[in-house]
Amino acid sequence: MATVTGSKIRQLLRVPSLLSVSRDSHKHLINKRFCSHDVRRVTLIPGDGIGPEISESVKTIFAAAKAPIEWDQVDVTPIKAASGKYVIPPSAFESIKQNMVGLKGPLATPIGKGHVSMNLTLRKTFNLFANVRPCKSIDGYKTPYDGVDLVTIRENTEGEYSGIEHTVVDGVVQSIKLITRKASIRLAEYAFQYAVDNNRSSVTVVHKANIMRMSDGLFLKCFREVAQNFKNIQYSEVYLDTTCLQIVMDPGKFDVLVMPNLYGDILSDLCAGLVGGLGVTPSGNIGSDGIAIFEAVHGTAPDIAGEDKANPTALLLSAVMMLRHMELRSYADVIENATLDVIREGSALTKDLGGNGTCSDFTKAICDRLQSSD
Amino acid sequence: MARHVKTVLHKCGAPIDFEDIDIKDTPSAEAAIISLKRNGIGLKGTITTDISNPQSQSINAQIRRKLDLYSNIVPCKLLPGVRTRHNHVDLVVIRENTEGEYGSLEHENVDGVVESLKIITEKKSRRIAKFAFDYAVQNNRRKVTAIHKANIMKLADGLFLDTCRDVSKEYNDIEFESMIIDNCCMQMVTNPQQFDVMVMPNLYGNIVSHIGIGLVGGIGLVPGKNIGDKYAIFESGARNIGNDLVGLNRANPCGFLFASALMLRHLGLHGYANVIESAIWTTIKNGKCRTPDIHGDGTTVEFINAVVKEIDDTNLSNDATFSDQYLAVTY
Repeated sequence: MATVTGSKIRQLLRVPSLLSVSRDSHKHLINKRFCSHDVRRVTLIPGDGIGPEISESVKTIFAAAKAPIEWDQVDVTPIKAASGKYVIPPSAFESIKQNMVGLKGPLATPIGKGHVSMNLTLRKTFNLFANVRPCKSIDGYKTPYDGVDLVTIRENTEGEYSGIEHTVVDGVVQSIKLITRKASIRLAEYAFQYAVDNNRSSVTVVHKANIMRMSDGLFLKCFREVAQNFKNIQYSEVYLDTTCLQIVMDPGKFDVLVMPNLYGDILSDLCAGLVGGLGVTPSGNIGSDGIAIFEAVHGTAPDIAGEDKANPTALLLSAVMMLRHMELRSYADVIENATLDVIREGSALTKDLGGNGTCSDFTKAICDRLQSSD
Repeated sequence: MARHVKTVLHKCGAPIDFEDIDIKDTPSAEAAIISLKRNGIGLKGTITTDISNPQSQSINAQIRRKLDLYSNIVPCKLLPGVRTRHNHVDLVVIRENTEGEYGSLEHENVDGVVESLKIITEKKSRRIAKFAFDYAVQNNRRKVTAIHKANIMKLADGLFLDTCRDVSKEYNDIEFESMIIDNCCMQMVTNPQQFDVMVMPNLYGNIVSHIGIGLVGGIGLVPGKNIGDKYAIFESGARNIGNDLVGLNRANPCGFLFASALMLRHLGLHGYANVIESAIWTTIKNGKCRTPDIHGDGTTVEFINAVVKEIDDTNLSNDATFSDQYLAVTY
């Protein structure tokens, strides 16, 4: 009878890469502690248009920073399953399920091809319930708004984007907004924990409960309940319109903002505009099984694809967010600081940031920065 | 605010008789609605909504629905002398005010699962689109932008967008474009100068109008109009209470004063409206009595007195649009 001896087990466990490959229940991985030298595997979805080149830029920078990340590159273009439904390819699915963490470039949604948006497919497949966008003013990239340092957390599975619509009679359409206790509690728990983990002092819920009494009312009720378990975090509620008004007048006073789907979609883009747009804004999507996919939310920019003109900042900052999520904070800080230093210094900026540099120039400047601070 | 507006209107001799309706002690829309139906025109302060009772309906919403005030117009124009982060902002937000997300049609089928209905109809979309284009024509505006989320709400916002596009064909001199709401908000904080007249369903209108108000200096400066086929109500552009400023004599009365000027224009009393508006502009530009929200340290009363003085200094006698006949207005 062949058995694996105790010493053989110890040998296996000593090999770093095996620690991140687990086919067991994924929940335990959320709390699993990794040593800083353990290499972690991350699924990389380069995407379309400028996606491949900015992904290469991120890989180069991570190598220069000696971050312990190995990339599993996959393509998520949906394929038609036997059932007739479009699904992401099994290899991509397995990779993400296994690695638990993904980094995604911009994806194009072709019109008229018959399949729904790939972003939507990913969201539904991995139950990515929270979209998190930290918006921080970038020193060296001036906008009319200074001192912005807020985070928007948006419920990403229900609300106004339930997709439940029907034509009641000709010329009369009804669209349903769905709010459930389950999704609202889940988001609340995530938001408060995020505030704790990231040293944020307050969580503010943005709502329209004066008009949507029951739906936003339920959302608020759930947040009030969960707030009881996080007494160290200041909790407040603000109307959506008041938030919009105040955020364009004094954005510096906002911290963590949480809201249902539609308000989140709008506010997160509004906040991105305050700090310079989607080209410099990171974003992360958190799933209920511990899976997290970080992404650049800008478009594929087909007009400059392949011309070395793209700005990798959004994807890079999303990758930094990813490192923090994986508790590789020291690498996150180092890479983020190098990136912000290069932007502040200003000589290697890409065109959208007001410079004349190429994507390679920008990448090289960051790598040089990393290597000189070793 | 009521007192201040009456002071200013009285000073310039506007032939307006106010019928005061107090909502504070008896929170019901009935008395207000009856009076408004009688007078046809109203000037409204801000009314709170008690959100603790899920069954109670917002009084503001009730008034709008019952009087079919289908169009809410918030003109956001940067005034000379007011410092903000953006220059040359001059946009008008036209918001459909009676359907969309604000129907208060909600139910809890199963414990912990709530549905809220958003209704979009072709008839009301067409009506607001037509209103927006007519407004553009009457006010020498060059472009109308329809704001929507039709990429996600394909049927509802799709209907709204298609209807706007259809109506635009009847107005060849006005440029028509459309923009998705999230991109619109981002564009408003990066390049607001590109916008002219904007038309949209209820909720987006709420959001966009507040962003617009923030861009030009805040709720103290911007008026709002709610127009139906038969009735019109004028108010401050943002329906915020300003509880923190009650009784402190620091609130900015401009929004409300501009609303009263809009009301006078609606009544055809352009002369009086011109006088009031110039007086406000001059007072702001002079800079001495500005309230704290626009970087001054004056009080509300000081500002009103300054406006009144400006009116005093203006020669009122030559304008043919003045009238001796008093008009009743619900307040």
